[in-house]
Amino acid sequence: MTVRVQAAPFAYGAECEAFAAAAQGAGAVVTFCGLVRDNDGTLHGMEIEHYPGMTERALAKIEAEARSRWALSDALIVHRHGPLAPGEMIMMVATASRHRADAFAAAEFLMDYLKSRAPFWKKERTEEGTAWVAARDEDEDALRRW
Amino acid sequence: MKLTVLYFAWLRERIGLPRETVETDAVTVADLIAELSAREERYALAFADLKAVRVALDQDLSDFDAALDGVREIAFFPPMTGG
Repeated sequence: MTVRVQAAPFAYGAECEAFAAAAQGAGAVVTFCGLVRDNDGTLHGMEIEHYPGMTERALAKIEAEARSRWALSDALIVHRHGPLAPGEMIMMVATASRHRADAFAAAEFLMDYLKSRAPFWKKERTEEGTAWVAARDEDEDALRRW
Repeated sequence: MKLTVLYFAWLRERIGLPRETVETDAVTVADLIAELSAREERYALAFADLKAVRVALDQDLSDFDAALDGVREIAFFPPMTGG
């Protein structure tokens, strides 16, 4: 079980390979990666602010909650902060379990929770200037299904 | 008591600083917000719409009614937008 918060890019392919190789006894690995959407070319860049200390703590709690709900043999969360360009990878999750249903459900759960329960804030830069991304009601609603 | 108060995202920008140490007798989070808002206009503006503000006590999400007794670090920030 690993949580990493970093400014540096990560190698998605290598992370997935290493995660799968280490998933002893698992029959399924699910991976997901989030990218900076370019919003049809209007986004010039993004800055992600976070709360050092609480971020790691919140992600570890979310991961522990996922482990208590599904039979996971391993889980990984990597989330970046700092300046990001359109198309760059922001974050990834990986889950491993005996059967795929647990790994899929846990990966979706991790995504839903880290969108609105981990202290990250996105600021977008466009031609008009910079603006903080507003939280969406749908993201809050998504938590109710769990 | 002495509290470390942290601000993030647009709250940090509106108030104009990322952190400060506050000497206060506030009993709850709401009391502290009232105290800060009375201090200067920029705080009053930042805390004008509490529906858009979240709070964490010692790095755990909390709410405005929570007691500050024993708390060392309090953070104010907008709803989170990770992922």
